[in-house]
Amino acid sequence: MKLRFRLNGKFIALEIPGAERLIDLLRERLDLVGTKEGCGKGECGACTVLLDGKPVCSCLILAAQVAGREIVTIEGVAADKRYAQILNAFEETGAVQCGYCSPGMIVSTAALLEKDRHPSNEEIKRALAGNLCRCTGYSKIIEAVSRASELMAQDQK
Amino acid sequence: MGVVGKRVARVEGHERVGGAGLFADDLKFHGMIHAAVVRSPVARGLIRKLDFRRALKVPGVKGVFTFKDIPGKNCVPIVIDDQPFLAEKYVNYVGEPIAVVVAESRKAARTAASIAGVGINELPALLDPLKARNHRAIHLFGDDNIFRHMKIRRGDMEKAFANCDVIIENEYRTPYQEHAYIEPQAMIAIPYPDGSIEIRGSMQCPFYVRKAVTTILDLPESKVRVVQCATGGGFGGKEDVPSLLACQAALPAWKLGVPVKLVYDRAEDMISTSKRHPGWIHYKSGATKDGVLRAVEAEYVIDGGAYSTLSAVVLFRGTVHAAGPYKCENVKVDSYAVATNKVPTGAFRGFGSPQILFAVESQMDQLAEKLGINPLEFRRINILRKGDCTVTGQKIEHSIGLEETLDRVIQASGWSPSTPKEDGVGFGLSTIFYGVGLGAGGKHLARTGARVMLHEDGSVLFSVGTTEIGQGMATVLSQIVADELSVPLSWVCMTPTDTSRVPDSGPTVASRSTTMSGNALKDACLKIWGVLHDEAACMLGQMTPEIAFEDGLAMCGDRKIPLLDIIKSCVAKRRPLSAEGWHISPPTSFDSDTGQGDAYVTYAYASNLAKVKVDRETGEVTVLKIWSAHDVGKAINPALAEGQIEGGTLQGVGFALMEEMKTDDKGRIINPEFSTYIIPTAKDQPEIVPIIVEHPYPDGPYGAKGFGEQPLMGIAPAIANAVQDAVGVRIRDLPLTAEKIWQRLKKK
Repeated sequence: MKLRFRLNGKFIALEIPGAERLIDLLRERLDLVGTKEGCGKGECGACTVLLDGKPVCSCLILAAQVAGREIVTIEGVAADKRYAQILNAFEETGAVQCGYCSPGMIVSTAALLEKDRHPSNEEIKRALAGNLCRCTGYSKIIEAVSRASELMAQDQK
Repeated sequence: MGVVGKRVARVEGHERVGGAGLFADDLKFHGMIHAAVVRSPVARGLIRKLDFRRALKVPGVKGVFTFKDIPGKNCVPIVIDDQPFLAEKYVNYVGEPIAVVVAESRKAARTAASIAGVGINELPALLDPLKARNHRAIHLFGDDNIFRHMKIRRGDMEKAFANCDVIIENEYRTPYQEHAYIEPQAMIAIPYPDGSIEIRGSMQCPFYVRKAVTTILDLPESKVRVVQCATGGGFGGKEDVPSLLACQAALPAWKLGVPVKLVYDRAEDMISTSKRHPGWIHYKSGATKDGVLRAVEAEYVIDGGAYSTLSAVVLFRGTVHAAGPYKCENVKVDSYAVATNKVPTGAFRGFGSPQILFAVESQMDQLAEKLGINPLEFRRINILRKGDCTVTGQKIEHSIGLEETLDRVIQASGWSPSTPKEDGVGFGLSTIFYGVGLGAGGKHLARTGARVMLHEDGSVLFSVGTTEIGQGMATVLSQIVADELSVPLSWVCMTPTDTSRVPDSGPTVASRSTTMSGNALKDACLKIWGVLHDEAACMLGQMTPEIAFEDGLAMCGDRKIPLLDIIKSCVAKRRPLSAEGWHISPPTSFDSDTGQGDAYVTYAYASNLAKVKVDRETGEVTVLKIWSAHDVGKAINPALAEGQIEGGTLQGVGFALMEEMKTDDKGRIINPEFSTYIIPTAKDQPEIVPIIVEHPYPDGPYGAKGFGEQPLMGIAPAIANAVQDAVGVRIRDLPLTAEKIWQRLKKK
């Protein structure tokens, strides 16, 4: 079937098999390998992308479901100046250890900070509860999100 | 200047946050096909027949390979060579590899593997290590099913217990713990026309992988190159297991002459790869009224699963740590690693010690209570200090920060045993130690190499044989190289770890990378430094000892030469600015008949204080805060050291409260996914206060000693002790679930 959607700001049109998962379309065919697969069951959040601005697990969605909609992957977030402070904060606070969960964490953070510019620690924890990290103990991730929100607020002034 | 001891950002942080394709599954090679593994559905059985006709009909399937296709030896080399790479006649655990299917797509390979016809006559299986030990009829290993028995014999037990005023005797149990690295195991094998093969993948130990591939393909080491990809967490789970994956990809790649990629599905990963050994501990300890720990007697059994893999060395660690970081003159330990028909268990952060430390530290609190001494004071009386002997009779002369870690958690928390109690809220302590720098348990691992190249533009490229797995090794080693050569950190770059760049440097295990590779790099830098120093002396017309280097300048009195000019001068004179470094750990001696001697080169120490709240209605435990102080010798990068403390602590919270992998009566793991095997999420995270204590280790780079495993090890007993303090319930089998606590509260 023919699929048209907006991916990281650009219109895309391509032929897809009906049962293809979004994550496979992104990683295997479009070479957007920043989106990671950790479980294939929507349990770890490593494959998080934004669907019309909302964080979703791309392993649970069929590519066909995004027809006419907008997808932003980690590559899109990283290229978007609005989110530069999120990446900086993750890098500088030590929120990255092995880095496998980082793209999904950062995409979830982008969604959170779009909605709420000044989240409390509890709100950050709630927003990231679907993204598993086994390395950091989350301390420095929470600190990074908090720092990113401050930096983004400063940038706006 | 200098960057050692500074909180610099990770050298590879930038690429990781942007989602660059660095992990094995992100890579593609021309003509690459995909593998999937056919596995045993039963815990023990005789393979009757294999029928791949249906599997081969799946569109895109390129072939199926069994043990018959192995050109070399069918074995996974590690400590004892008892594990076949692919099962031949018998299977011994659910998930044991039998065959490898390859296909054009991962989906086709997995589909074909799932419909492969495996005919097995099921045999009775041994699932309980206590029953498997010395089983009369079923022999999985030797004639007693014991992979290894270890002992500690010290003092006179009978006399010691007779003189004790209080004695506490209990049984403890700990479950499997799954590593749950977020990146599943992944590997690619790429054969070349010159008869060599390259392996790229997620791993901790490239030299183990090389050994495994040379064994099954019957190739010389020079023909097998292993390169580590970015590795998405290890924690011990990528120590020996990647050797299996590498062979599973290499065999079809070698036979078909095309690159083969193999990525485990999460459930497959959880069912078939190593985990923390379940532990059973019978513990008896006694003290006198003055608060002195007089006698410790322990029997420790770990469930090794179907093959020995790392169980013998895991047991060594567990045994040496069986009485905790205390002085005790009378100790008797018997420990056993036992074979069962379950997945082989192996390395996991702490390596056999978290299980027994749960018992040790639970006993300490119970002894203190019976003595009427508070648990803090009881520990203060008995902890190791300079000049004391460990229970293996090792005299400790340097780098002993245990007491300071205890002082620092108490100071930071403001808690004292006389703090007034809130209902349902409790505090619990643990004090622990961990043998590092290596010793008798891993003598063959006690060497490592490095290579450093200083380029004409001043930039430095270095290679080591240990791996970056998220712990921060690449950054810490870059900091060491930058300071050793007096160049800015931004000029220093580490190559991906690659067996073709340095001699066999052993594995990335045992918290050894900073000390071992750090020392090897220092050795290499010193050689380059000699050349630079000599050249600077020529340029300044001075004797070498009068030259100082600082901020990229060579200085002699008021004369200064930029380092870059010295490098250029060396290059012009064709002097080499590349060197190989080597490090061997100091020797140790250990008598395995008595369990006495120097078990490790040195020890790291930690104290933890946990504050918990227990809901009396439901039994649910909420960890409110954990203070965790670690004597690391020297923190090369305090931010990364804190990251290790925070991450390890939360893994410890998981082990304490929620992580429980279960098997059914057929030996099948029943919860191999993140929705049923629960690891802590951001919402489960208590406030963690990391505290770094630095008692320099004289033989470590800048005084550093390894400690990456230690943060997990003492958390479960601290929480168990806090639960006891909060509601008076002592739980002796992990995890401390709400159900268990509620049951006990109900009976009160």
